[in-house]
Amino acid sequence: MNPGYELPVDNVNYNFAFLDEFAKREIRRNILKAISIPGYQTPYASREMPMGRGFGTGGLQLTLSLLGAGDTLKVIDQGADDSVNAVNLRQFVELTCPGANTTERAAEANIIQSRHRIPEDKLSADQILVLQVPTPDPLTIVEPSEARRKIMHGEGDYAPLLTRLYEDIVQFDEIAISNRYPTRLNGHYVIDSSPIPRFDVPKMHQSAALILLGAGRERKIYAVPPFTDAVPLAFEDVAFRTEAFLDSKGNRRHCDRCNSVTSYLDEIIHPDGSRHWQCSDTGYCNDRCSQLKNAECEEARP
Amino acid sequence: MKKILEVRGLSRIHGPGCPLCFENTGAEAETNVCVSCGSVVAAQNVSLDLHQGEILGIVGESGSGKSTVVKTLFFDAEPSAGEARFFDGDQQLDLFSLNAARQRWLRNHRFGMVYQNPNLGLNFNVSAGGNIAERLLMSDVANYASIRQRARDLLTRTEVLGERMDESPRRFSGGMQQRVQIAKALATRPPLLLLDEVTTGLDLSVQARILDLILEIQHELNTAMIVVTHDLGVIRLLAGRTLVMKYGQVIESGLTDQVLEDPQHAYTQRLVASAL
Amino acid sequence: MGYVAIKGGGKAIAGAQTAVESLRTAEGEDGSSLPLASIEHQLRLLTSRVVSEGGLYHPRLAALAIKQMQGDTLEAAFALRAYRSTRPRLMETPTQSTSGMRLIRRISSAFKDIPGGQMLGPTMDYALRLLRLDLVDESPETFRKVSRRFIRDAPDSDLPDSFPKVVDALREEGLLPPQPDRPDSPFDITREPLVFPVPRSAALATMARAETGSLLALAYSNVRGYGNVHPTIAELRVGYVPVTLPHPITGEPTEAGEVLMTECEVVATQEGAGSGAPPLFSLGYGACFGHNEVKAIAMAILDRALQKGMQDGADCPSEDPEFVLLHVDGVDSMGFANHYKMPHYVTFQSEVDRLRTTQEKDPAHTKAAHGAES
Repeated sequence: MNPGYELPVDNVNYNFAFLDEFAKREIRRNILKAISIPGYQTPYASREMPMGRGFGTGGLQLTLSLLGAGDTLKVIDQGADDSVNAVNLRQFVELTCPGANTTERAAEANIIQSRHRIPEDKLSADQILVLQVPTPDPLTIVEPSEARRKIMHGEGDYAPLLTRLYEDIVQFDEIAISNRYPTRLNGHYVIDSSPIPRFDVPKMHQSAALILLGAGRERKIYAVPPFTDAVPLAFEDVAFRTEAFLDSKGNRRHCDRCNSVTSYLDEIIHPDGSRHWQCSDTGYCNDRCSQLKNAECEEARP
Repeated sequence: MKKILEVRGLSRIHGPGCPLCFENTGAEAETNVCVSCGSVVAAQNVSLDLHQGEILGIVGESGSGKSTVVKTLFFDAEPSAGEARFFDGDQQLDLFSLNAARQRWLRNHRFGMVYQNPNLGLNFNVSAGGNIAERLLMSDVANYASIRQRARDLLTRTEVLGERMDESPRRFSGGMQQRVQIAKALATRPPLLLLDEVTTGLDLSVQARILDLILEIQHELNTAMIVVTHDLGVIRLLAGRTLVMKYGQVIESGLTDQVLEDPQHAYTQRLVASAL
Repeated sequence: MGYVAIKGGGKAIAGAQTAVESLRTAEGEDGSSLPLASIEHQLRLLTSRVVSEGGLYHPRLAALAIKQMQGDTLEAAFALRAYRSTRPRLMETPTQSTSGMRLIRRISSAFKDIPGGQMLGPTMDYALRLLRLDLVDESPETFRKVSRRFIRDAPDSDLPDSFPKVVDALREEGLLPPQPDRPDSPFDITREPLVFPVPRSAALATMARAETGSLLALAYSNVRGYGNVHPTIAELRVGYVPVTLPHPITGEPTEAGEVLMTECEVVATQEGAGSGAPPLFSLGYGACFGHNEVKAIAMAILDRALQKGMQDGADCPSEDPEFVLLHVDGVDSMGFANHYKMPHYVTFQSEVDRLRTTQEKDPAHTKAAHGAES
């Protein structure tokens, strides 16, 4: 080491939104390409970020390329704003994007970055949803080679995947996939819907908001453009089924906090062994609760 | 009878090849190996015609090139020279000049292949019924019950027990695995079926039943077939016309009866004479 | 009915940082902050590893990363990579030649003697791995005495700075194929994603900053039998490679500095080159920043294996470019392994729902459940 060399201890000035402009431009181009070809996994040179691969670097790069001063971002993980990963990402954005706002209320955000959930409230055409994706390719379970999968997608050869679904029905009487449900976009490419529960897959169909999916480690971007048909793979006579949240009597469970009987619920085991259920989407739950303060809840409790 | 397949000058050489390869190999040279360059000439200048509903036999010993012919037709191997024309409805397809995607489509929708080794034709990670379902699912069939019914029907037709359709073929006997292969190959009602030594290695009684099955299928579905074997008995039973191959060349061809009763080539005479 | 507030994520993260810092300074009053120079020199091979896996030649920053990440090589390399990610690209150098390497070590297994001689250099290969208890309480005076000894005993430099390469001699003799035409520009893995099939330069670049253990395991699998490479090291060199850039005004090639590198060239068994041509050896090449011999050797073995795989198809995992190149990056693999610690309760809930439904449909299970309840 050159003895006269000094470390750059002065604070480095990061570019707005951390990424350099070339990186952002490449990502935006790939976003446009992804939108033009619904469901096509667009490869891109994913940059290393200060949080680990697997912690949302793909979604984050999308958000950072889209965010500008004056935009408002909501970040959730498992539906919660205060989940550790969401907190970490939100703080990073607050640090590197001066002028951009953050919020916990979905209605106020024009960009929502989410891991494993689509918010309960319907999104509008003015909003973009960014989903974090670990494995972008639904064919990975039947074919480990990426080169061969690319050919399969190109030829629309999803028979091996459908055969898996067939085998599930033979064995379990229904399709056993719980999350990352394979979903066909625009009648053509089948995508991995990301680890959202089946409950959330129908929200992709004809969504007013653009949905972008980013896989940082796997270096792919793909999209569900607004008002696109998004159909989970199933058979005519074996329907796609979402989580039902039924209790032993067959009644739909409700959130213990806000009484919603339509939201996806987290099961919480209390120290005394009892089980309780709460909305996974904390922002939604908070909104409902603040409305309930003075009014009776409309949905009846069982 | 309408022609379904026309092959002209099909050749396949393993190795660098040289201008003397064809001269140095073949029936008269009594070898596949070219002395000048060391290449192996697996098939040399093979031509054949196949008509709808017809069974063509290709008989020969090991190294005769008979498997090579069907392998190239099913796109498992690339020919070094030659043409093959497939007549599909009112279309004529030049098989070896199609791109990979078109070739795969033909494999999945127009051809069927049954291999001597079930490992090549079956997916052991999937049940017997699943193997058939996979072929059906390639053609956008979206109804689970009908897929299941058709799989069951095909397996029943090929005498595989219905109760075993959800098992992996890994656990089946050799004969049953071949029957699952046949069921799978027929799932898409292909106009052309290729059978490569499908009864070799099986017990005689099992062989007999599979051969009967193949004949019945031909009667029912009018499928054109190429049957590759070293067993003259199989040829006698199944094939209307036959090619005899030796060291990569076709040395005799004609109606099976004629070839077996009145062989012209010395090699064919020896072959027929030595048949038990 | 209590409501569980899923709150406090921010506080938890801050608390974790405090805990980490308190462990770092656990020596308390008896301790002192590790000087970066000490890490760079006394832990030089650790620093070399992090420089190599970080993909950024900056030993002092690598030392900082090691200090900050408390010795975790995966995290330290990651920190260096993340730092590199933000650096503007000032220019791309022309292709550098390693034949001008200022050697500190140079060996060949293929020949007993080579032009210029074999130079063992700073290696522990032939040292006995007996723990040196005299290092336990090494006093500052002893430390200084040792360091001065090496400088005082240093021989006069009548040795040339660089030496001809062994592989050049093999090429002249016709035992190695002539050097292939260089492509116009190497594949830039930091600007383009790998879309298979990839050129050899993409494979080499990926391996140059790959995680050492991952490369080692795959190379080991090949030479142990899950593969066909039978390597002999033509030359292993460690030294300082001058980095030449065009002068910003005159455009003249100017030496801007030097980087410590390890380079390994491996000659593998004969291959038939085709009709007419005589048989030849084939070459495997490995090179990386820093002093990382095992890594360079593993890389050279895998280079040979991948070339075979790319040409003739893969017969084993180490010959399959997708298998090797997509699984050897430490930042990727570490990140994904670590991500399993993140909350997954929503997807888990989904899976529990699935399992419960399936169990309910199973008559045997329902009977047992009812039996248990009554």
